[in-house]
Amino acid sequence: MRLVILDNYDLASEWAAKYICNRIIQFRPGQDRYFTLGLPTGSTPLGCYKKLIEYHKNGDLSFKYVKTFNMDEYVGLPRNHPESYHSYMWNNFFKHIDIDPNNAHILDGNATDLQAECDAFEKKIKEAGGIDLFVGGIGPDGHIAFNEPGSSLVSRTRVKTLAMDTILANAKYFDGDLSKVPTMALTVGVGTVMDAREVMILITGAHKAFALYKAIEEGVNHMWTVSAFQQHPRTIFVCDEDATLELRVKTVKYFKGLMHVHNKLVDPLYSMKEAN
Amino acid sequence: MEPPPAALAARAVAQCVGPTGPWRRTVSNKVLGCDWIPGCGSLVGAPGSRVAGPGRRGRGPGHPGRRCRVTVACAGHVGARITWARLSQLRVTCARPSSRPELGAESGASRSVGLRMRGGQGAARAPVIQFTNCRILRGRALLREDLWVRGGSILDPEKLFFEERRVADEQRDCGGCILAPGFIDVQINGGFGVDFSQATEDVGSGVALVARRILPHGVTSFCPTLVTSPPEVYRKVLPQIPVKSGGPHGAGVLGVHLEGPFISREKRGAHPEAHLRSFEANAFQDLLAIYGGLDNVRIVTLAPELGRSHEVIRALTALGICVSLGHSVADLGTAEEAVQSGATFITHLFNAMLPFHHRDPGIVGLLTSDRLPLGRHIFYGMIADGIHTNPAALRIAHRAHPEGLVLVTDAVPALGLGNGRHTLGQQEVEVDGLTAYVAGTNTLSGSIAPMDTCVRHFLQATGCSVESALEAASLHPAQLLGLEKHKGTLDFGADADFVVLDDSLHVRATYISGELVWQAEEARQ
Repeated sequence: MRLVILDNYDLASEWAAKYICNRIIQFRPGQDRYFTLGLPTGSTPLGCYKKLIEYHKNGDLSFKYVKTFNMDEYVGLPRNHPESYHSYMWNNFFKHIDIDPNNAHILDGNATDLQAECDAFEKKIKEAGGIDLFVGGIGPDGHIAFNEPGSSLVSRTRVKTLAMDTILANAKYFDGDLSKVPTMALTVGVGTVMDAREVMILITGAHKAFALYKAIEEGVNHMWTVSAFQQHPRTIFVCDEDATLELRVKTVKYFKGLMHVHNKLVDPLYSMKEAN
Repeated sequence: MEPPPAALAARAVAQCVGPTGPWRRTVSNKVLGCDWIPGCGSLVGAPGSRVAGPGRRGRGPGHPGRRCRVTVACAGHVGARITWARLSQLRVTCARPSSRPELGAESGASRSVGLRMRGGQGAARAPVIQFTNCRILRGRALLREDLWVRGGSILDPEKLFFEERRVADEQRDCGGCILAPGFIDVQINGGFGVDFSQATEDVGSGVALVARRILPHGVTSFCPTLVTSPPEVYRKVLPQIPVKSGGPHGAGVLGVHLEGPFISREKRGAHPEAHLRSFEANAFQDLLAIYGGLDNVRIVTLAPELGRSHEVIRALTALGICVSLGHSVADLGTAEEAVQSGATFITHLFNAMLPFHHRDPGIVGLLTSDRLPLGRHIFYGMIADGIHTNPAALRIAHRAHPEGLVLVTDAVPALGLGNGRHTLGQQEVEVDGLTAYVAGTNTLSGSIAPMDTCVRHFLQATGCSVESALEAASLHPAQLLGLEKHKGTLDFGADADFVVLDDSLHVRATYISGELVWQAEEARQ
């Protein structure tokens, strides 16, 4: 894995955004060649989305030939509810960019047959040719998407009941009222994300530090589902200083020492203007 | 207008489940409404289509990319089948027809008929326009958001994206301007030489002229106002001012505002004494006898201290007509009783009423009265031209009750004409700068400040927020008339009547039903 450590949240968001930008542009997407991107929600990727929007507004990056697949969505929450992941993606990303609405895929938590919806989602990913870069976050309990502790590390897209940890963490979005937080969600499986050609996990903040430690310094364990990516050929963890607080000094020093290598991935920052 | 159909039949829902499953139909039936609201999702042509299921009209199971024939129908209108190729999404919302079809359906149940298939192209006819690089007044705040319009209504872009899978057909850059709901003027006596209270043969073209000339001032809907006049005038003029939707021809007419003749002698202001009336004898019948009829009437201003006013107020309210208190010497108690009977508005607060007194605040006291019906508050018109009300008085009223403030122009025919002598009702008026007097006296006779000037003056005099100033000219009058679902707001589903303003609140462009109806010279390049 690559562990990219930046000084603070803003720098980490910017690094991640630059990486995504470069990957898309270097892929040279076009009419018959779509770049498939997996996308997360939550507070961590907000800075990254803002930067991507900025690149788009400057004309450096276009999402015209990009297909996106979101990781998850609550079950039973109306699509236009302010806390639904559809609303999140629309307000924080889709409405600011030029993606074709037919290429923005999000699980439908109000589908009549939830498992069929999940299967259809897997099929869509397959039909799109698999995911080129899956961007994700990590929960305080080490989960990726809504793959709560105990989830199979080869799981596929399915319905999950949320762990109490997650419900508590999400309560702040529902006025602190636990009864309003949805208890079930549709989520891509650990196996689904593992199938991606490349995975990038964003981890910022001290409250995620322990989860990061468990994910990369301990063994592969279904109690900390992000640890599954130790077995993925191309994973990048992008984090800020605070998220490394539980790691061994040796680990942090080693990877910080590699920053000059990591920075070659984002510098030079490509632009679609040059490509034309 | 015939009465609406008695009942709506069951809803029809058909859903295609992607490429593998058959097209499932739950209930197939017709009878939706006959008042089509364009712009609510994909418009499926004119009334007269029937939702069909598979096998009956569609060619087998629905598949994205395949040709499917679908028809949608509604009660009272039959026929008109529409053929679509590459159907991706079809959504139709129908409502019971209202009694004021020109203003769109305001009441009644609505049923949603959805026909959804994944993939394929969108099928709505009207283009989607996205106004970008602007700040819009929504949810009581100025947000940095784009405004989406289709078919004359404000569109929910999130719904468009996720359900119809469509993007805008056209983007218009607003240059960082403010987009506010179109202004609504509920008290305007004429302008540009036109006097609504004059019984001419062709009142219609006078109204049309004013309707067109107020567009540059950001007014998209208005209530032509008639001052105290003899019965012949009402009989001649009222039938010639029908309710009418706005458009490139001019601002929409919401109904007539009848100011007088049932007002106080002492506080008649510029109204001619000879034509004042009372309804002591036969209450509502007297009122009808004077006006000749109440078709096209939206607001009536009267003095509540006149005998039997409560019966009259109740009768007018029952007809859906807004009753306003003005030109009156009523004390607070009388005014409160009038509100309890149904009055909802005060005509030009402070003017033509008893001044505020600390032991009897009079009509002004309604702003903070605790004896109003629960859940209701009073609206009050204010002429913010810098002349009719001292800025300090404007501030006192605004601070006491900001939610009820409605900016009105009370404009006279002299508006837009310049200095000199002009007619207003049965009287002569003298204009000097921004002031208009009854000729030969010191009595103010209406204002000649256009609505956008009033908004700017109001903002500057009260120091209120831009949002407050804009709401006073748009949202509040819409709420007064019960139109806030479609007018005075930029919420999804509302009529796309809006005005483009620069930061100093000067009008750059005016839109009605999503169509550009006026544009400032510099902006035309």
